[in-house]
Amino acid sequence: MFIAITSLTLLGLILGTLLGIAARVFHVESDSVTAEIVAMMPGTNCGQCGLAGCQAAADALIEGTAPATVCPGGGAALAEAIAARLGIPLGAMEDSGPKVATISEDICIGCSKCAKACATDAILGAAKQIHGVLDEACTGCGGCLDLCPTGAIALQPQAQTLQNWNWAHPLAA
Amino acid sequence: MNTPLSATLTRVAASPHAVGQDSVSSIMLKVIAALTPATLCGFWFFGLPAVLLWVLTCASALAGEAICLRLMGKPILATLRDGSALLTGWLLAMSLPPWAPWWLGVLGGLFATMIAKQLFGGLGCNLFNPAMVARVALLVSFPVLMTAWASPEAEPGLREGLGITFGAPVPDAYTSATLLGHAKTELARGADLFQAFSQGLPTSWQGERPGSLGETAVLLLALGGIALILMGVISWHIPLAMLLALAIPAAIGHALNPARYLDPTTHLLSGAAVLGAFFIATDYVTSPASRAGQLLFGAGCGFLTWVIRSYGGYPEGVAFAVLLMNALTPAIDRFIQPRIYGRDWRGNPRLQKKD
Amino acid sequence: MGILDKFLKTSWGVHPHEDHKRPAADVPLRGLPLPKRLAVPLLQHVGAPAKPLVAVGDQVLRGQLIAAAQGNVSAPIHAPSSGVVSAIGPVTAPHPSGLDFDAITIDLDGEDRAVEFTAVEDPLMLAPEEVTRRIAEAGIVGLGGATFPSAPKAQLGRKHAVRTLVINGGECEPYLSSDDCVMRSNSNEVVDGVRILLHATGASEALIGIEDNKPEAIAAMRAAATGIQQIRVCPVPARYPMGSDRQLVQVLTGLEVPAGARTASIGVLVNNVSTCAAIHRALRLGEPLIHRIVTINGGAVARPGNVRVPVGTLVEDLLAFVGLKETPARLVMGGPTMGAALPHGAVPTVKGCGGILALTAAEIAKPEPSPCVRCGSCARACPMGLLPMEIAARVAARDYDGAEKLQLDDCLSCGCCAYVCPSNLPLVHAFSHAKGEIWKRAQQKKRNEFTKQLAQARIERQAREARERAEAAARRKAERAAQLAAEKAAAARPQETGA
Repeated sequence: MFIAITSLTLLGLILGTLLGIAARVFHVESDSVTAEIVAMMPGTNCGQCGLAGCQAAADALIEGTAPATVCPGGGAALAEAIAARLGIPLGAMEDSGPKVATISEDICIGCSKCAKACATDAILGAAKQIHGVLDEACTGCGGCLDLCPTGAIALQPQAQTLQNWNWAHPLAA
Repeated sequence: MNTPLSATLTRVAASPHAVGQDSVSSIMLKVIAALTPATLCGFWFFGLPAVLLWVLTCASALAGEAICLRLMGKPILATLRDGSALLTGWLLAMSLPPWAPWWLGVLGGLFATMIAKQLFGGLGCNLFNPAMVARVALLVSFPVLMTAWASPEAEPGLREGLGITFGAPVPDAYTSATLLGHAKTELARGADLFQAFSQGLPTSWQGERPGSLGETAVLLLALGGIALILMGVISWHIPLAMLLALAIPAAIGHALNPARYLDPTTHLLSGAAVLGAFFIATDYVTSPASRAGQLLFGAGCGFLTWVIRSYGGYPEGVAFAVLLMNALTPAIDRFIQPRIYGRDWRGNPRLQKKD
Repeated sequence: MGILDKFLKTSWGVHPHEDHKRPAADVPLRGLPLPKRLAVPLLQHVGAPAKPLVAVGDQVLRGQLIAAAQGNVSAPIHAPSSGVVSAIGPVTAPHPSGLDFDAITIDLDGEDRAVEFTAVEDPLMLAPEEVTRRIAEAGIVGLGGATFPSAPKAQLGRKHAVRTLVINGGECEPYLSSDDCVMRSNSNEVVDGVRILLHATGASEALIGIEDNKPEAIAAMRAAATGIQQIRVCPVPARYPMGSDRQLVQVLTGLEVPAGARTASIGVLVNNVSTCAAIHRALRLGEPLIHRIVTINGGAVARPGNVRVPVGTLVEDLLAFVGLKETPARLVMGGPTMGAALPHGAVPTVKGCGGILALTAAEIAKPEPSPCVRCGSCARACPMGLLPMEIAARVAARDYDGAEKLQLDDCLSCGCCAYVCPSNLPLVHAFSHAKGEIWKRAQQKKRNEFTKQLAQARIERQAREARERAEAAARRKAERAAQLAAEKAAAARPQETGA
């Protein structure tokens, strides 16, 4: 009687501890994946994905409600990294290459609305002055497009140079 | 020069702007050329039925390839011209009993290119040698027909020849067992090899003995194979390793128990050993790419051939041995890779001591 | 493993069935009559482009500095002849993309007036640093095609205390013979340049590797190097790509350059023979690098041969000089295995250009690609011991990580694999594409890191500003409260006093 009670109690304790540890480990795993995905993302919370920032996008990815290509700012490289990390299909992408915002000097009135809204401070220029975009800081999120009262901002593909030009994929006709 | 050059330049292409002269079709043609003398010799020995069977097997291999290409909407003529389907049919024909009925050749030819090659994705994608897959498929499906060997002494005329190929039963007087088949049967009966070959071994370099087209003219096949090595189409690694790995265990076995094991010369000269070593195991697609891997692959083919011949249920083992080693080829290629310049065997940068 | 290596990998590289070097190599060196116009590019070297020092309309003289080096790895540019600067801006680059790069265009006056060159009586008496400085000032870069500036390279050699100079006279590319020509006609200059380099780098010996298909060059160089203990002329077997620095170092010294490292890390420095000749001219004559010897060859050329060409000469001017038998199907700058196809003829020659080929349709004929039959020829031809067929399969599936794992990074783009491939697969094209793609991804990743920092900085700044605003508001509130209290107190006091 005593032996039976002791052994069952011990068994229960051990199994319960194991379950607890398993739950803890599983819990941590889930969290770390989200954190990992967030770390991979541009982290500008630009909202181009239609979600409330990078954390929300990562959550949606893990829940499976967003495709691997959810983040336009991260480009093909990020989409592939996400697909590989989560083991989800990559899906079709129309990868037209990275884009940057350009401001048409003729139309810009120097209101500086765009500069204030830019998540990466990529737009330079004080009030009443024509603004310029720092190409290397612009993620191409397009957050500034609708803010411009004169429609002076457009997204353009990055200019091709001898440095960034590449051969087409040999199988692509 | 008044006209701008740009108007005349063809599409700007990546380097290199020159290529070597080898092409897939030229390689296949060289192999076929090397096979031709032995084939003609076989025709001489086995007469019209052998010619008919050869024509039917090659034609059906080509037809099978064409049908698949058509179904998949790939270019037909351009692909057929690479010569690989013809070579597959040819090698299959070389491994069939020369007097087999017509449908055996047709079935084998279609099976080789349609199932063993195109179903895997076509040239370059097949894991197993198509000719050997077809031969083994025929062997396990029609064991009697596949082991009814014509004797080269028989000389059927035109009518008789057509009859043999197109359905008439082969007269018993014309058939006999191959040397390996005879040895296997006698051993199975409990006799030893001294009794089995009391009249002496019918081994001959000229090849005038029962067997397939590719089994008989051993000398011509070996010469063709050596020509391929000299032309640089194949390297010596697979043939030499295969023949040695067949001859060495055979020599040891024969020395230990001559009543049970055939001697190495017989092993080398009979069956498809020479055809297999020079023409079948050396198939680019299904053999390893590295020289070291090729040595291993060839040795495996040779040793397995000896094992199957000595202990297996079938008298001949080349086809099975090659197929087994084909299955190992991806693993061999994965594990035997050349060392990269400036790196150690693991792929880490090789640090050189500065003295 | 050394024996196993030798036994199993007997020969890397290829022996092209016809090297097309002769008869062009045997034609005496010709000078190019001055063209009307030169377009001298600002980026003719590895590193940062040079910065123009002249303006449109300026008169320049031969040898005058027209663009200064920028940064540690860079090289200055000098005017190759006298004339007037007519433009500073984009011209088509000698690159298959047909994209532009910046150049200084000079309309030559034909008088070829020169600045005064400051020659050195005996460069071997100068301090090594001074020699290096003069090499840098002369704008000398590796003329074998890699165009790494020579002065930083010599500095690197001194830093690593290299013992051996390997002088590259391999010139393994078919059709080309400009190094051959330099060695035959200017062997004394080359040997003197080698001595100056030995002095500048502190190396104790120089091995001049020359492919054995150039017996005249070997004889001339041997004659020029007689009596100089430190310099040895070493014939090497003619095999492509013998002129690749890693392969030549291995053949001459038995050492392997570790992956990802420079030859200097194993105590060896590699320089091209033409670079040595340029170093001789820079030190002994004070003449900067303003012209070089270019092989003009190919089936479409009427009078192929080696021509002494001012840097910046347009390719079409060169072709007009040697004449065309027929319209070329492709123009190539460099050799047929690694050279760049040119978009058109109005492209300037650069310091690293050893050859211009005008190839006929028959010469570039390439059958349509067919599936890989896994023959393994490419792996055996690869001088780096890579597995081109495996890498190509990864690239075809756009598995760039897989290609990287197979050490695509080590690929020299020498083209041996594509040359021998019986299926005529565009292997170099595939590898170039994959390298570009991997580079782009690395850039994108860096960019993502950068923008993330920017975004983080902005969030922090906004938080700080908000905090500061809150603090300011709190301060104001407190001040106001204090003021109110003070006013209250002030208001109350009279009452108190009044009370």
